Amino acid sequence: MASKVLMKGNEAIAEAAIVAGCRHYFGYPITPQTEVAAYMAKKMPKIGGCFLQAESEIAAINMVYGVSSTGHRVMTSSSSPGISLKGEGLSYLAGADLPALVVNVQRGGPGLGGIQPSQSDYFQATKGAAHGDFHMLVLAPASVQEMADLTVKGFDLADKYRMTAMILADGTMGQMMEPVSLEYDIAPPPEKPWATTGTNMQREHNIVNSLYLAPEALERENFKRYERYKYIEENEAMYEEYMTDDAEIFVVAFGIAARVAKNAINDARNRGIKAGLIRPITLWPFPKAPFVKAESQAKAVISVELSMGQMIEDVKLALDCKVPVTLCNRSGGMIPSPEQVLKAIVDADNGGAK
Amino acid sequence: MVVFDKPHALSDLPMHYCPGCTHGIVHRLVAEVIDELEIEGKTIGIAPVGCSVMAYDYFNCDMIEAAHGRAPAVATGVKRALPENIVFTYQGDGDLASIGMAETVHSAARNENITVIFINNAIYGMTGGQMAPTTLPGQVTQTSPYGRDVNHCGYPIKVCEMLSTLDGPEYLERVAVNNVKNVKNAKKAIKKAFQNQVEGKGFSLVEVISSCPTNWGLTPQKALEWVDEKMIPYYPLGVYKDRSAKEAEK
Repeated sequence: MASKVLMKGNEAIAEAAIVAGCRHYFGYPITPQTEVAAYMAKKMPKIGGCFLQAESEIAAINMVYGVSSTGHRVMTSSSSPGISLKGEGLSYLAGADLPALVVNVQRGGPGLGGIQPSQSDYFQATKGAAHGDFHMLVLAPASVQEMADLTVKGFDLADKYRMTAMILADGTMGQMMEPVSLEYDIAPPPEKPWATTGTNMQREHNIVNSLYLAPEALERENFKRYERYKYIEENEAMYEEYMTDDAEIFVVAFGIAARVAKNAINDARNRGIKAGLIRPITLWPFPKAPFVKAESQAKAVISVELSMGQMIEDVKLALDCKVPVTLCNRSGGMIPSPEQVLKAIVDADNGGAK
Repeated sequence: MVVFDKPHALSDLPMHYCPGCTHGIVHRLVAEVIDELEIEGKTIGIAPVGCSVMAYDYFNCDMIEAAHGRAPAVATGVKRALPENIVFTYQGDGDLASIGMAETVHSAARNENITVIFINNAIYGMTGGQMAPTTLPGQVTQTSPYGRDVNHCGYPIKVCEMLSTLDGPEYLERVAVNNVKNVKNAKKAIKKAFQNQVEGKGFSLVEVISSCPTNWGLTPQKALEWVDEKMIPYYPLGVYKDRSAKEAEK
């Protein structure tokens, strides 16, 4: 059996990134993810890597852009307000088809908000990180082990599809400690003939660029990118189902909310209510497959979120609005309790869902 | 015998610059230096947002197009990943001294081993002639139609003077390209700025006082005269920092 170590979620991300071959990290301090930077600052100089504290989130994401242009694996991490600042860079990374790993350990918003856990950057991550037509791969871990696993997976997907993979965690995932195994078979990254590494006078010059002044050319690039996105939607969606085989009440939740929901579902089952969980692991692409089952057998669906209700829109879309969906939520850094979720399940089972 | 030729580091594409614009001269000087130092194969250039945005098409080395003002951060990433390569940015005054000031100051403070070519023509050219951080007091632009009022929008920023207060940077020099003598000096400075990087000395910035006949509303000839009459008195030419030379003196 693989040996396990007790780690904080943020540290697990950092160590997994190193295991995945990432040797460049740029970041700016912000709670509750600073342990990623602290870990990198300690570790990188000892393994010939580069940790550099940037002057801003904007500089950090552009340093990422620079390293990615050279074909090396690279990452940055931040929390909600910092991710907003990185938005510009995320759009340029997408426009230039550059791979990168970006971690958002979310805290409550809007504005400076708070420093407690949140999932209120769901829209930002999955729909509108910045200007222009683009997507990021969005991975939502629900354990410290998954913080590590999805970091490794994120680097692979980012390289494979030449796009940003975002780990969308929350303050709980970042701060909690759990045993984690960090033994992976790391596949070598793909060749990157597009990288700007110097022509060596052997080839035409490579250009990393997102500017297309001719609208026909820009449109062509966008259509090409969306063909890739379509392929990803059909092939890369990940999810976990829990007790859904005979479920009549479906709870949908990711990250820490999914763990709370599991407790509530166990309690509901003890009361004879057939409740089950769909836990999206990729938020983009949003997993549609498990909702086919939900659509055919659910009396009601409950979206449990640490936000004012953002994923619920994708849940309704996945169900074609054919099943009533309600929201069970807390916001601003508060976490729903198992009792709150259980009450929502009981209400739904009693036909209370409208 | 060939007495005059296009530098190899410059591509064959026709440049889009306006008649009388000095970007072409500075592009050529950079390309000549890349040829002379025989570094084209390992050079990576970073283009800005502004008139020289399409510099990525004009240089034959590998090129990256950066977001507005972020070229020094992108260059930092490239240089940290490929320390044996030569990395330069080519930026205008809006890019370097306004929206990208933080990236400029901090890459200088870190003494990143990169070369920065800074074109100061006291105006935003690409967007049609708005006030720049280097627009002179009283200068008329589209967004200072009554002349730059320093009581309303402050004073121009003297980049070399400001950066020279930092301990970090290796080399800062301001040059101009409005006559033959100045062009020759500019070439020397640009060569030194690249040579410094080859030798691992650190952050080297050359500010080139340039002309923008189109947006200054002057003929190319008058624009070059305006550089002498208005720009250079406000932005004196010369070496603002040369750490290695200073240490050699000691």
